[in-house]
Amino acid sequence: MLPGEFEYHRAGSVDEAIKLIQQFGGDGKFIAGGHSLLPLMKLRLAEPAHLIDIGRLPNMAYVRRGNGTVSIGALTTHYQLEANADLAKSVQLIPEAAAHIGDVQVRNRGTVGGSVAHADPASDLPSVLVALNAEFVAKGPKGERTIKAADFFEDLMTTSLGEDELLTEIRFQAPQGKSGSAYEKLANKASHYSVVGAAAIVTLGGDGNVQDCALAFSGVSSRPVRATAVENALKGKQPTAENIASAASHAAEGIDYALSDIHASDEYRLAMTKVYAKRALTKAVERARNA
Amino acid sequence: MVLPKLVGSPIKRREDPRLVEGTSTYVDDIKLHGTLYCGIVRSVYAHARIKSIDTEAARQHPGVFAVVTGEDLKAGGIGMLPVAHRFGEGLKVPPRYPLAVGEVHFAGEAVAAVVATDRYVARDAVDLVQVEYEPLPAVVDLDAAYAGAPYVHEEFGTNIAFEWKLFNESGASIGEADVKLSQRIENQRLAPVPMETRGVVADYDKGKKSLTLWTSTQIPHLLRTFLSLLIGMPEHHVRVVAPEVGGGFGQKLNVYAEEGIASALSIQLGRPIKWIESRAESMASSIHGRGQTDYVDVGATKDGKITHLHVHILADLGAYHQLLTPVIPTLTGLMLTGPYTIPNLQCTVHGLFTNKVPTDAYRGAGRPEATYLIERVCDLVADATGVDPVEVRRRNFIGSDKFPYTTAAGLAYDSGNYPLALDKALSHIKYDEFRAEQAAARKNGKYLGIGFSTYVEVCGMGPSAAMPAGFGWESSTVRVDPTGKVTVTTGASPHGQGQETTFAQIAADELGVGVDDVIINHGDTAGSPYGVGTFGSRGTAVGGAAMMLAIQKVQEKAKRIAAHMLEASVDDITFENGKFGVKGAPDRAKSLGEIAWIAYTADTIPASIEPGLEATSFFEPPNFTYPFGTHIAFVEVDGDTGEVTLKRYVAVDDCGRVINPMIVDGQVHGGLAQGIAQALFEEVIYDDQGQLVTGSLMDYALPTARGLVSFETDHTTTPSPVNPLGVKGVGEAGTIGSTPAIVNAVVDALKPFGVTHIDMPMRGEKLWRIMNK
Amino acid sequence: MKVSMTVNGDQNSNDVEPRLLLVHYLREVLGLTGAHIGCETTQCGACTVLVNGDSVKSCTMLAVQADGADVLTIEGLQKDGKMHAIQEGFWEEHGLQCGYCTPGMIMSTLQLLQRNPHPSEAEIREGLQGNLCRCTGYHNIIKSVQHAAEHMKEGAAAD
Repeated sequence: MLPGEFEYHRAGSVDEAIKLIQQFGGDGKFIAGGHSLLPLMKLRLAEPAHLIDIGRLPNMAYVRRGNGTVSIGALTTHYQLEANADLAKSVQLIPEAAAHIGDVQVRNRGTVGGSVAHADPASDLPSVLVALNAEFVAKGPKGERTIKAADFFEDLMTTSLGEDELLTEIRFQAPQGKSGSAYEKLANKASHYSVVGAAAIVTLGGDGNVQDCALAFSGVSSRPVRATAVENALKGKQPTAENIASAASHAAEGIDYALSDIHASDEYRLAMTKVYAKRALTKAVERARNA
Repeated sequence: MVLPKLVGSPIKRREDPRLVEGTSTYVDDIKLHGTLYCGIVRSVYAHARIKSIDTEAARQHPGVFAVVTGEDLKAGGIGMLPVAHRFGEGLKVPPRYPLAVGEVHFAGEAVAAVVATDRYVARDAVDLVQVEYEPLPAVVDLDAAYAGAPYVHEEFGTNIAFEWKLFNESGASIGEADVKLSQRIENQRLAPVPMETRGVVADYDKGKKSLTLWTSTQIPHLLRTFLSLLIGMPEHHVRVVAPEVGGGFGQKLNVYAEEGIASALSIQLGRPIKWIESRAESMASSIHGRGQTDYVDVGATKDGKITHLHVHILADLGAYHQLLTPVIPTLTGLMLTGPYTIPNLQCTVHGLFTNKVPTDAYRGAGRPEATYLIERVCDLVADATGVDPVEVRRRNFIGSDKFPYTTAAGLAYDSGNYPLALDKALSHIKYDEFRAEQAAARKNGKYLGIGFSTYVEVCGMGPSAAMPAGFGWESSTVRVDPTGKVTVTTGASPHGQGQETTFAQIAADELGVGVDDVIINHGDTAGSPYGVGTFGSRGTAVGGAAMMLAIQKVQEKAKRIAAHMLEASVDDITFENGKFGVKGAPDRAKSLGEIAWIAYTADTIPASIEPGLEATSFFEPPNFTYPFGTHIAFVEVDGDTGEVTLKRYVAVDDCGRVINPMIVDGQVHGGLAQGIAQALFEEVIYDDQGQLVTGSLMDYALPTARGLVSFETDHTTTPSPVNPLGVKGVGEAGTIGSTPAIVNAVVDALKPFGVTHIDMPMRGEKLWRIMNK
Repeated sequence: MKVSMTVNGDQNSNDVEPRLLLVHYLREVLGLTGAHIGCETTQCGACTVLVNGDSVKSCTMLAVQADGADVLTIEGLQKDGKMHAIQEGFWEEHGLQCGYCTPGMIMSTLQLLQRNPHPSEAEIREGLQGNLCRCTGYHNIIKSVQHAAEHMKEGAAAD
């Protein structure tokens, strides 16, 4: 398992990276931590002729918060998310999901931008970002644009990023008020990717009712899926165990396609969405109450 | 001064410094000047005719030195891979060339080899070899293979490679038994997955017309013999070295295609050739283990006494025979009655060809299948009779006063005390309290389970007459050097078992020197007497025993020299506290070093004594050894997901006399992890076209630190009478004992759902379906 | 292309193919064969080394990506010919058998104890999730890490 030949280019700036990718078109690939791309290259499932290393672009590994908006640089590693004390208080599900990715070494090298742009449906962060209604900042030859989470993940390993665009930042509004969030995961025992991952955010109103909530799944379908039926069933209700269970029972609704492989059938994955919806929501509610 | 005994002490391993410092030498660490790298082109089909192989593009690729096919090797006089067996004409043996000739029979089979300047270029060149195939129907499922066509090897007109039978019945038939039950039991294919894959460096010396092969193997000596036959080079011109070996677990107890290919290429090109297996190649083309479907009929009395056991084993051999392939399932047959007095036994084994990589020895090798089967049967009998599973086992145990005991399968168990191990294991837990806790938990939708396994295994492989092709003995040379240091060579070939330490403990005690005054050499056919290897929990039981015999010879000679030095009669020489003296005159005693110096300078010893202080012995065990024990597993099954959590694990093992308790426990721990993983999640999966689905560690799950618990281990000690050390062997115990304990615990947990058997592995989805049907 | 890095305190510079994996750079070019290759798909961790203080699987990193980095391998753990406390821990507690996973296991332990000098058993099991061992069942590896944690002086972990 050794990669094929390629030419290596180290970009010194975002603009240079974009220039290089324009130059090579479909023959070029960005590499940051390399934890999505290199394994594919070693299996020779990917054989780019040109590798553009964006791993050293300056000032792209950060977590910033201002005016309620959290901005995460694309080169931020999973470990940096996992160890971020501010996120651990304000958006618990991000460090929680990050800590579920692979293992320590993978989290040390893997970047949020790489993971998201790779769009493996079983990776953990995409569903979290969908639940957070995140925006993805892409830079290309024509300048910068912002893509909504709902539009970003298109299909299996496919995003709406242009071939010559580079993902630079991810932004979202941190949940406000009495909010809590959680990420719960049923992991594949071999790869540690998610069979089902549930990302939940709950905001409680002054009356203790669920004022707002969001739920999305990793691992189930060809892209992260938002469980709107569950969200609608829980909004405005008291977050009792019964109401959560009742809402969670709608988890599989609207998932028109479920993955099926040796690790879990589509039927099992869909059934587990209900279990993990309940678990993630329960934990998020508990955290919201303590917020 | 009385020297403290080393045997029985948990002394630190002497092999560890080089391993923790990263300075040890595994095969891929060997770097010979001028080395070229070999890459293998492998079949993408499970079954196909090779129509053509176009090697031109690969040959033209810069950096490529050679490309060879099966036809090329055959024309060059390279023969077939060996199989050791005693079936005679009763075994169908398909030709197996190192590189396929004519047809391929499993996905991953070697078809061509390329040689290039480095491993990257070799990998590039592999893709440039164009093989045109005509696909043929693949045989994957065992029941289908047994039923008839299509056939893996059309020329045989059947997929049945052999039939093997055991019959020992007297008295009433199974039809007359109070309780009768039947069960189909699967024992899934597993991949051994030593962390170091296989690899070879072949170096042909044109001047000496000699070949040296460094290879990651458990059997350097046997490999040398088989390699010389395979490549047609006189055996005395072949040297095989097993350097540091990163785990074997049976997978490296074999003769592999690449060992022949690299040797042939080194001879052809006159350059050292290195081939290092990728993990994907390892999964697809190195032997797998297990792979049985067993049809079981049981007769028992109302009070849980098993009277009849009838078993039909369909054994998945894969596409060819490797070294011991057909032998493994017969070991299952021989061990079916476990530690129990089951009077009536019938067993038929059908070894079946399938279009998959061959199966062969994987830690336990045929015995885990037997233990799993009979321990499941004990629980099935408990279910059918209402007798507690612990009590079923107790009622069927061979009494501790019945040894040596001849089983219905004809084996003579050497020694044992099964109730003692069971009682000791039970003393670690509170069984009644657990049953109460379990009942209470079920009311809250929590599913706790307990599982028992009281196993016995056959170990210490030989004796020779009972082995598939002899070679049941082991050898050792013990040399006391002129300065009194001790150099031991063993024909065994440890690869993680710690025998550089345990053998030194024994030798130091027996020769009265410090452990650091002893070195244990192994793994180089040029530097030791012919030996057999390390497998079948035989390293210490047979190899250690051989060393013990050699030590005794050295002691005898040392006494004769001491008698001469002390001007006393040999009969009056004593050996105490490391010194040879005369009865009643301890102050005149001579150390081993003093004696050795005299033995080698040899100017003062009489002509009747040969110079030197060295002896070689070959130990032929009179019987196998039979380690045993009781394992108890506690699990919880998640009622929502079916996921199993291991809560607690108690293992009481009896491996006879213990040389180093730390090392023994380590062997148990590792075995447990593998056995537990078979029960819970390990599984080789092929699709219905014979494509390997679990082709990497992304899909084949190994146990990780997170999924296991700290184990509780304990021991009873029942020495074996069949070797001078009293040891039984412990390498496979953990693997053999643990699998049924886990499955029994999971089935126990799911009792409220009316199940009595679940086939492995206990994956969450499978259990979820049971709970939600 | 040219890469330069500091490995175990020594500066080195070599011309390599861009596709050369870091593990092969260490093993083949520098002759540091302590890091092993076990799975090639980023599961087993036998190739774990520290790059700029972070544990990484060196079979999933290109040598050119490590250009300019400070790399620590198992060969660089000893100080003045004395074993590091983690190496001692693995030796004392029989945390290895065939030894193949051991260098990677030790480097991961170093990372773990640098970040969490007194881990619980669960934290150790989590911290070594990226390292596979087929011999020990992890039982004695856990004890080895605990032994090392007890014997590593405060602050020494950063060495």
